[in-house]
Amino acid sequence: METILNILFSGVFHASTLFLVAAGLQVVFGVQKVFNLACGTLYALGAYFGITVVRVFVDHGFPKPLFILPLIAAGLIIGLVGPLIERGLMRFVYDRDETFQLLLTFGIVMMLEDVIKFVWGTSPQSTGGLDLVYGQLNVLGATVPVYNLIVIACSLLIAGLMGYLIMNTRFGRIVRATADKKEMSEALGINMRSVYIKVFTLGTVLGTLGGALVVPTGAAVSEMGMELIVLAFAVVVIGGLGSMKGAFAGALIVGILKSLAISIYPELEMLTIYVIVIAVLVIKPQGLFGSAGV
Amino acid sequence: MENRFGIALAKLKTPTIVVAGLVLATLPLFGGQFLNYLMLTFFAYAITVMGFNLLFGYTGLLSFGHALFMTVGAYTAAFLTSTFSVPYMEVILVVAVIVAALLAALIGAICVRYIKIYFAMLTLAFGMLFYTFLLKFYFLTGGDEGMRVLRPYLLGFNQAETPKMDFLTGSYYIYALVVLAVLTFVMWRIVSSPFGLCLKAIRDNPEKAEYLGVSVKKYRWYAFVISAAYAAVGGAILAPAVGQVDPGLTYWTHSGTLVFMTLLGGFEYFFGPLLGGIIYIFLQDKVMSLTPYWRFIFGAILAFVVIVAPGGVAGIIGSFVRRRTQRG
Repeated sequence: METILNILFSGVFHASTLFLVAAGLQVVFGVQKVFNLACGTLYALGAYFGITVVRVFVDHGFPKPLFILPLIAAGLIIGLVGPLIERGLMRFVYDRDETFQLLLTFGIVMMLEDVIKFVWGTSPQSTGGLDLVYGQLNVLGATVPVYNLIVIACSLLIAGLMGYLIMNTRFGRIVRATADKKEMSEALGINMRSVYIKVFTLGTVLGTLGGALVVPTGAAVSEMGMELIVLAFAVVVIGGLGSMKGAFAGALIVGILKSLAISIYPELEMLTIYVIVIAVLVIKPQGLFGSAGV
Repeated sequence: MENRFGIALAKLKTPTIVVAGLVLATLPLFGGQFLNYLMLTFFAYAITVMGFNLLFGYTGLLSFGHALFMTVGAYTAAFLTSTFSVPYMEVILVVAVIVAALLAALIGAICVRYIKIYFAMLTLAFGMLFYTFLLKFYFLTGGDEGMRVLRPYLLGFNQAETPKMDFLTGSYYIYALVVLAVLTFVMWRIVSSPFGLCLKAIRDNPEKAEYLGVSVKKYRWYAFVISAAYAAVGGAILAPAVGQVDPGLTYWTHSGTLVFMTLLGGFEYFFGPLLGGIIYIFLQDKVMSLTPYWRFIFGAILAFVVIVAPGGVAGIIGSFVRRRTQRG
């Protein structure tokens, strides 16, 4: 029971950050039809920037338990590289073959990775166990860090907000219309330029926020972006490209599978995930919740 | 596209190719060892990207996991020389081709059912699957430390006495160059055969090709297997030059590097990927010696190529030549 709960908690915790990044990937894919390989690197960027901001916060003598506020602010602020990337690079390739779009995001990965290396160096950065100020909680014999529960709650809250944003607001209606038929929405007088900027920024912020939220529980290391992109990739493939529900379900599947494999047979950790990805692509390429034609 | 392709090839007369080949062949006599070593790396990548472009440029399928087959070739060399003590380079090449072709037949049968982004994703997933396999089964593959590749016998000759760099930039250099030349000739025959024309028809209009009686999936599958075999030869040539193989060879970014080379040179031209390979390798060497942040510069170059010059260097040269001929 105890082990099962532990596995479940760490799985859901993995899933909550994976969901944020994958959701960012999905919005952009849904509207711009670009598979953004840079989402993992944006996640890493959020993590590094989050650490820097939290350090400054603590060094200035602010109360430690409040560190989550500057952390979230950091995740949101650094997300502003989104419009820069969109205006500076992405907007030139919207009418092009998706091969070129994919390759452009690969170029962005290469550039951003080195920007991170330039600013923060290659040694791991951590907040030094700052997440433990919230203590731990005992749930039916399993010990769970409270901070992890906060992250899960944040992620659920964001998932809810995203759902509301997309289903119930004017912006959401525009986004859905654009994802569905771009030419038609353009003909109806929607300013594509601004939709694209907003959507790409939203996608970026989700990634950087995910990175910022997760980093206190571990450390920011130089490989984290590259590793996350393949996981986020697995999430969206399993869930279905372009679907928010899919990102949610996919993140849970990959997250729990990951923690399950780690505690049972670590050698199989990623192997099982890729096998499932391939199985999904072969059997149901549109994923569990995707509707995009193949 | 077809037109431009024809024009550029007509420009590349046979004497040019012969001269280029002779220059490359005599380089060990004049060039420094380091230059030759870079050229050797280029030969290995040239073979790989030439095969890759059969899939990408000719058939229109973007594989983001093509380094998988290069890795198969490289690990074949490692297994045969280290584990099984079979040092014959010819055996290594043949085994590499067979293993890669069999694996590609299997993976390809699954992948060619899809195109565009789904094909790219599926190949990426297979590449990463292989990566985790190599990483986790360390008792078999040495895990992240990889495996050593011992010096192979060339045409049955053991050259254990020759110093390493002399061997690599001497006889091994010539050996790799000959392999490259033969495979270039074979690829040239493939793309100018009816088979090659079918691939191009599939790329430009798959429905029409199917209507005209070309079995689209089967031809895509053939192209997939051939390109995998080329990548395996490239990997098998690269492995003894580096002396070491590790799972990083099949990481998705390495597959990205192969796409990068092809795009940089120009995927619309037969010799484009080779041009891209040589520019990439020499530029990387130069930029790496200037700054540790060479990836930033390469990322910027990639972004530039994608946005401004999707035809690559060969595309720029091609349009320049065309403008000149039109004026004259």
